[in-house]
Amino acid sequence: MGKAVQIDHLSVYYGDTPAIKDVCLEVAQGEFLGIIGPNGGGKSTLLKAILGLIPANTGTIRIFSDGPLGYVPQFATMDKRFPISALEVVLTARQKPGLSLFKGYSKEDRTMALMQMEKVGIQNLAKRQIAGLSGGEFQRLLIARALALEPKILLLDEPTASVDAGSRTQIYNLLEELNKDMTIILVSHDLLAVSSKVQKLACMNGELVYHGEPELSEGVVNKLYGCPVELIAHGVPHRVLKDHEGGMHKC
Amino acid sequence: MLSALFEYQFLQNALWACLLASIVCGIIGVMVVEKKLVMMSGGIAHTAYGGVGLGYLLGFEPIIGAFIFSVGAALGIGYIKRKGGVRSDIIIGLFWSLGMALGIIFISLMPGYPPDLNSYLFGNILSVTRLDLNMMIIMTFITVVVIIALFNNWKAYLFDDEFASIIGIKTVFLEYFLLILVAMTIVVLIRVVGIIMVLALLTAPAAMAGIFTSGLKSRMIGAVIFGAVFCIAGLWASYALNLASGACIVILAVSFCFFAFAARSVRMKQKRKIASSRNE
Repeated sequence: MGKAVQIDHLSVYYGDTPAIKDVCLEVAQGEFLGIIGPNGGGKSTLLKAILGLIPANTGTIRIFSDGPLGYVPQFATMDKRFPISALEVVLTARQKPGLSLFKGYSKEDRTMALMQMEKVGIQNLAKRQIAGLSGGEFQRLLIARALALEPKILLLDEPTASVDAGSRTQIYNLLEELNKDMTIILVSHDLLAVSSKVQKLACMNGELVYHGEPELSEGVVNKLYGCPVELIAHGVPHRVLKDHEGGMHKC
Repeated sequence: MLSALFEYQFLQNALWACLLASIVCGIIGVMVVEKKLVMMSGGIAHTAYGGVGLGYLLGFEPIIGAFIFSVGAALGIGYIKRKGGVRSDIIIGLFWSLGMALGIIFISLMPGYPPDLNSYLFGNILSVTRLDLNMMIIMTFITVVVIIALFNNWKAYLFDDEFASIIGIKTVFLEYFLLILVAMTIVVLIRVVGIIMVLALLTAPAAMAGIFTSGLKSRMIGAVIFGAVFCIAGLWASYALNLASGACIVILAVSFCFFAFAARSVRMKQKRKIASSRNE
């Protein structure tokens, strides 16, 4: 199995403050990687650095993919009142790099865009303005847009934040399906869902605190969140935390 | 007024100016409102006054000076925002005042009594010259061509410039070019409503169109139509009532806008009442 992304000694600074320090991470092709961590821990920064949206201060990021990177941002950052229809949002992904003079969208573009919308289950909303979409529908629309690029690597930034529970399950099932065809890197706060679907887990708190199987020990969680954290360990359908002895610790 | 229209060249020029202004303020106004560039446009417009003063001082057409300073302000604000990391409202405030101050100084440096340069501040559509019209025609033409030619690129950039830059669309170029188009639009609008009231024609038609239509293209078309209605009706009112033309246009545009907002909120309240009474 080949590599998809290789990150060596990556540091990203915002001014003088390090957002990410000395991160070394390798993502295999076809892997499903979940990235978790506290707010401000550098998860989104890592994603944006991979996408080339923020420059790296030190270190290198190498992408081993012959296709484009599919990016799915949080829907909350978008302007929902912008006058654009759902289909048009997906179509924007079909634009070529550079400046396209007098270029419209071809029939092929439209068929392809509708296909992606069908994949995420929103083909009926094609003509609707985005202001009329719910959070879950809008988030799925952004996934469809990324899929229209036919990417080999899909990067998602908290795709289930502020999304209803039904859409959340739908999105995670969809990602599991898509993982058969592409590498997926998912940043999420949703610890439980992340651990149930992903193959590998990375924990970011300024540095890469942990990278391995999605099974967290108390020590890792402590290092991740900075102080002992009380976690609810679900036994069904699987455990997130290793079995451990002893009681709760207080900060 | 119709008979006077056919008789007097200055009224015909004024009407042409109205139509050209409506086209640019409709198209660019929608983009300014969507990209939240209203304050930046105000900053660019007021910086133009420095160019007006410089043109007067050095003996070239003030409107050309206005154009140079507008484009300079547009690129300057854009660059500083991008590289310098200074907050945009601070930069805008600085350029805004500096332009006005420079204009005042340049004008005062010229010996003798200055001619009526107030027409640049408050507009005087009835004194639009052949040169002004030619400049307006060129700017309107460039604006329309650039928007239509790259329409899909513009749409992608306006909606989500981050995603657009990831897929390789030249967003930095589009950002600077949009600011230049705003500068050109302001130069066209200076003649109609003046530097001080330019914001009204950039925002009111676009806001009205936003209430009645959705979809970027239809909003632009709607804004052009509303702009034309405001300008022509304002021109008529100022001719009939012998009042300042720029101010008439602005008062009409803004009152219609307020009325439309009020009507919409009343309708929304009614809808909510009906919906809640149904649920009881």
